Amino acid sequence: MRSILFVLAGLMVMGLAFWSYQENYKTRDAISEVRQLHAQIGQNHERLGMLRAEWAYLNRPDRLSDLAELNFERLGLLPLMPDAFGRVDQIIYPIPDLLPIIVPIEVGSDPVTEGEEAL
Amino acid sequence: MIRTPLRPLARILKAREKGENPDAIEAENIRLRREDLRDKSRLRAEGRLIVMGAMFALAYGAIGIRMGALAGTAPEEPQSASIGSPIIGQRADITDRNGRLLATNLDTHSLYAHPKDMVDPARCARELAAIFPELKEEQLLKDFTGSRKFVWIRRQLSPEQMQQVHDIGSPGLVFGPREMRLYPNGAIAAHILGGASYGREGVASAEVIGVAGIERKFDDYLRDPANEGAPLELSLDLTVQAAAEAVLAGGMSIMNAKGAASVLMDVHTGEIISMVSLPDFDPNNRPQVLLTGDQSDSPLFNRAVQGVYELGSTFKIFAVSQAMELGLVNPDTMINTRGPLQWGKFRIRDFHDYGAELSTTDVIVESSNIGTARIAMQIGAERQQDFLRSLGFMEPTPVELQEAPSGAPLLPKSWSELSTMTISYGHGLSSSPLHLATAYSSLLNGGTRVYPTLLKRDRVQSGPRVVREDISQSARDMLRQVVVRGTASFGEVEGYEVGGKTGTADKPKENGGGYYKDKVISTFASVFPANDPQYVLVVTFDEPSENSGDMPRRTAGWTAVPVAAEIIRRVAPLLGLRPQVDSLEPIGVTLTSN
Repeated sequence: MRSILFVLAGLMVMGLAFWSYQENYKTRDAISEVRQLHAQIGQNHERLGMLRAEWAYLNRPDRLSDLAELNFERLGLLPLMPDAFGRVDQIIYPIPDLLPIIVPIEVGSDPVTEGEEAL
Repeated sequence: MIRTPLRPLARILKAREKGENPDAIEAENIRLRREDLRDKSRLRAEGRLIVMGAMFALAYGAIGIRMGALAGTAPEEPQSASIGSPIIGQRADITDRNGRLLATNLDTHSLYAHPKDMVDPARCARELAAIFPELKEEQLLKDFTGSRKFVWIRRQLSPEQMQQVHDIGSPGLVFGPREMRLYPNGAIAAHILGGASYGREGVASAEVIGVAGIERKFDDYLRDPANEGAPLELSLDLTVQAAAEAVLAGGMSIMNAKGAASVLMDVHTGEIISMVSLPDFDPNNRPQVLLTGDQSDSPLFNRAVQGVYELGSTFKIFAVSQAMELGLVNPDTMINTRGPLQWGKFRIRDFHDYGAELSTTDVIVESSNIGTARIAMQIGAERQQDFLRSLGFMEPTPVELQEAPSGAPLLPKSWSELSTMTISYGHGLSSSPLHLATAYSSLLNGGTRVYPTLLKRDRVQSGPRVVREDISQSARDMLRQVVVRGTASFGEVEGYEVGGKTGTADKPKENGGGYYKDKVISTFASVFPANDPQYVLVVTFDEPSENSGDMPRRTAGWTAVPVAAEIIRRVAPLLGLRPQVDSLEPIGVTLTSN
């Protein structure tokens, strides 16, 4: 009887050793995955920061007002004035389609320097 | 050790007497002696075996433990330095009240050289000078061929420049990572943001530190990793700031002014929605500080905060409000305005002669210096000082800018009765436009003190009471009358019930001795809508002159007021203020019977 118990205990120790060995490797895999994800998050964050900066740069008020002026004929955008406030029943519905673009204007985001031809 | 003899005489003799063989005794003793020897040598051998076994156990044990440890730990490259959190940038962003970026970081590279590693220094110097026009070839060559082992070339590179330097292909040119501060909106809000520069610089990184404005004031906060990269939210509104700058710049060129400033403040929270100072600069490329001459000529000078000027008749409302608060006058009390008012050698005059007397409201509407001075005389110097102190005119504004303490108001050395009279109409006390905006907000919001702030607030400031609520209401009504029928008639903006007070002050000469005749500071301090005040706008021009007529016109009514009205017209819809139209038809209701 005792010998059977000894054998069982021995087997249990071996089993537990095998299990802990596997857990150890799983943990290490998880840690390295976390590290990779961290690096990836860092990279994405950098990229996000860059894109946010670019978005802010492209949406800077100076450029938007220049664009609104360039495209005035098509869009008819004016600075927001008090008379822009209206009532619900003044809204046209259904909304008519925009006029087709006949003369497209290419606009670069870089300011045109002197002596350089505008795009 | 006592050795036992093999044939002890006593026992031999005894044995002989008994007839026994004495040799047996000898043999017995020899046997005992041998057993003794054997036991000793066995003990020694056992000891040796134990020592030997322990050594083997130790050796194999050490190997076993080491193997176990190796099996039980992750195979890792030893790292020289631990990397910080990759998620948080070095310096937090700054955003406006709606989360639009005002300042952010950009990853870029710096360029440095190890001249010892260069194969052909002359070619490097030539090609670098071709890429960067501001670098001189001779200087680079001198650096590269001298005894120096390390040379900084550029602190920041654009990606294109980096590629060009790569194409030179010299092993002596090395890039280091760098973060740079970017202000995507250019010159907008330049004076508030200030600017950033590099602190301690290394090859692997460099400290970005604020040098002016809010970047400097909140340097520690922006660099604190405990905030986990949370942006600093300002009270500014980017669209409003841009519109105000555009209109003010246009007005400045039409009015031929040297400089201009405007402050737009929420009367209840003290939040500065927009603060403009012109001329301005690009914080991405901050100009050098002037080393000689007047700092106020530099574009870095923030006229709205640092510029202290005599703001003229805009101060009259303070004297009148205080007199009403003290019960000395009411809006209809008649004030003697017969002039000139003589005080010692000093004479106080009005712009026009307003006759014998005006009501208190008309003193404000017509902007009578004499009338205000007489009211101030009733108040007295002591009480006037207390009142102006309660409005914040005695100390620099507490706004969160590094430059704020330098905008301390200039007070008279001794507050005589004459000072009391002149200060009542805005001469003899110099303060910044921001002081004026703060005081107007405090006076007109119902009468509680507000403190100006550049940080986004979500609640109304409940400061100490300055005047009673009904006095605040009367002051607003008077200011409204100034626009309806007084000096600020150009200030009317359909639907927004603008109220305000003009102020035109001659500029004092720099080296003392009187005032210029042809240089003025013209100011318009306004509140809108006057019936339910939301915002205070102060517009100031430095040396304006409107030349469309026969004579140059410099009074605020011709210069600051129309520009302020245009700013309100542009900005109020952006702030979500709906114009108040009197004849509002009910929406979607059709009358069916008479």
